[in-house]
Amino acid sequence: MSEPAILVEGLRKSYGSVQALRGIDLAVPGGTILGLLGPNGAGKTTAVRILATLLNPDGGQASVAGHDLVREADEVRAIIGLTGQYAAVDENLTGRENLELVGRLLHVGRMTARVRADELLEEFDLSDAARRPVRTYSGGMRRRLDLAASLVGHPAVLYLDEPTTGLDPRSRVTLWEIIARLVAAGTTILLTTQYLEEADRLADRIAVIDEGRVIAAGTSSELKDRLGEDVVELRVGDRSRVPEIMDLLRPLAAAEPRLDRETALMTIPVQHAAGMLAEFVRRIDATGVEVSELSLHRPSLDDVFLALTGRRTAPEASSADEPGVVRRKGGSSDRRQAA
Amino acid sequence: MSAITRPATIVMPAARRSLSWIVTDALTITWRNLLQVVRNPQLAVIDTITPIMFVLLFAFVFGGAIRVPGGDYISYLMPGIFVQTVVFGATGTAIGLAEDLQKGVVDRFRSLPMAFSAVLVGRTFSDALRNLYTVIVMTVVGYLIGFRFHGSLFDTALALALVVGFGYAISWLSANIGLLAKSAQAAQGAIFIPVFPLTFASSAFVPVQTMPSWLRPIAEANPVTVVVNAARGLVAGTPDTATVLGAVAWIVGITLVFAPIAMLVYRRRG
Repeated sequence: MSEPAILVEGLRKSYGSVQALRGIDLAVPGGTILGLLGPNGAGKTTAVRILATLLNPDGGQASVAGHDLVREADEVRAIIGLTGQYAAVDENLTGRENLELVGRLLHVGRMTARVRADELLEEFDLSDAARRPVRTYSGGMRRRLDLAASLVGHPAVLYLDEPTTGLDPRSRVTLWEIIARLVAAGTTILLTTQYLEEADRLADRIAVIDEGRVIAAGTSSELKDRLGEDVVELRVGDRSRVPEIMDLLRPLAAAEPRLDRETALMTIPVQHAAGMLAEFVRRIDATGVEVSELSLHRPSLDDVFLALTGRRTAPEASSADEPGVVRRKGGSSDRRQAA
Repeated sequence: MSAITRPATIVMPAARRSLSWIVTDALTITWRNLLQVVRNPQLAVIDTITPIMFVLLFAFVFGGAIRVPGGDYISYLMPGIFVQTVVFGATGTAIGLAEDLQKGVVDRFRSLPMAFSAVLVGRTFSDALRNLYTVIVMTVVGYLIGFRFHGSLFDTALALALVVGFGYAISWLSANIGLLAKSAQAAQGAIFIPVFPLTFASSAFVPVQTMPSWLRPIAEANPVTVVVNAARGLVAGTPDTATVLGAVAWIVGITLVFAPIAMLVYRRRG
């Protein structure tokens, strides 16, 4: 009914000869989460930096709550919150001082800044650590404080750039719960992530981004219809019989099975894995072919990419967070043995 | 943890930029920077020990070896140590800025509706206050080993103002290096490339007359020499107006050149 909280049209940005964004379009309705999913170097962070007014685009248009990003940058800054990839908090300040600092820079007045800081510390379970320097905090506590710092001004629009990268599973779940509550309270969120599971769990809609372009967009279930619910990976002892096995299993697959020619690894998307696995084994058994590897897992970002682009992401993409990873071209891969 | 849905304190960030923010935001950043020093025991100790060490080392190691006009080396030496120490102190601007950039703190600041000048103005101002503190420490230590201000109260205040002011000017040069460096370590390495020749090819520790003839004109033109000589005159109670004006000109000139460049670099960086 109203215009989207975040509207992006044909956004472009280059660094020298490197095109980070080649014209992306996004529309995020108010009070929803858009998950921007992609490997390292896909352009996710560049998009967030432009939307947070840290970077001017080379071309295209973007607005937040109707305010043009470039011409009305201050209006935009008053309604956004940003949590970057690394916790941008001061090590030597206490948690409370970190939040007060943001409040004062938002010009809310010293008293209000203090009250708001205490309120957020309580909300984020940091009250006990409020007077301790941040250098004594755990990784999860730092991320919570960093997120709290981006919420001081009650932002209508929040950018979360890989908020859980590098966190332990428990801290990740805690952060997910916080994010879900923020959206329930009406905040619009743009979340970048390398984890399909994270986008799946949190996002209302997902945009898959690769080499500066949106290559797929839709709800999680729309994407899954294209990808299958689960992925079976299979390798057989006798390579010459792979085509036969592929034909045999194709009717069970939710989408076209894929074969890595180098490693002879078959990747078969399936819809209801639990009942399916036994059927897989039965059919292969009947042929007398020996199974050397069989595994079942949830589709990873890697599988999404394989399905959408026919190539894998960098080996680190599904687990590590190191920037500057060079992506290998083509479908060949000597990647993991099993997920 | 379940309080997000509860009515929270209404915080309304002002959406309209106000001129007063230039001052208030810079002071907020200054507060934050100084708090970092106070809260970091190592930094606080370094800020106190370093000036004491410089005064004692130079006074007792070089004191016997270097002959100076009038023969009172400690009075000759102190203005030199003052200036050298504040110039070294100004390297903290490069390191602090590079660190904030590296950690993403500057990204957070830039995503807030604050005065864009505040990060740089606050940084250089807080570093000037740190320098003022080290100058006071050095004065106290100097007094214990026989140093005295021989001029009027005005001369004394002017001498200290020139010293701290010069450190402030060098902070702006330092800021540029901090903004361009890729990391705090790189900034630390880079800033000493101009700082070492600046401080040592000067009259800070030895009379320029003792230097080889090719170096002498360079050392005489060096702004550190001008500021040190101006401070020496004021400390001795025999101020030379032309030298003092020269020092003021250098301070204002360096600031006017490097401050706008730093602002431009900061604005462009993304």
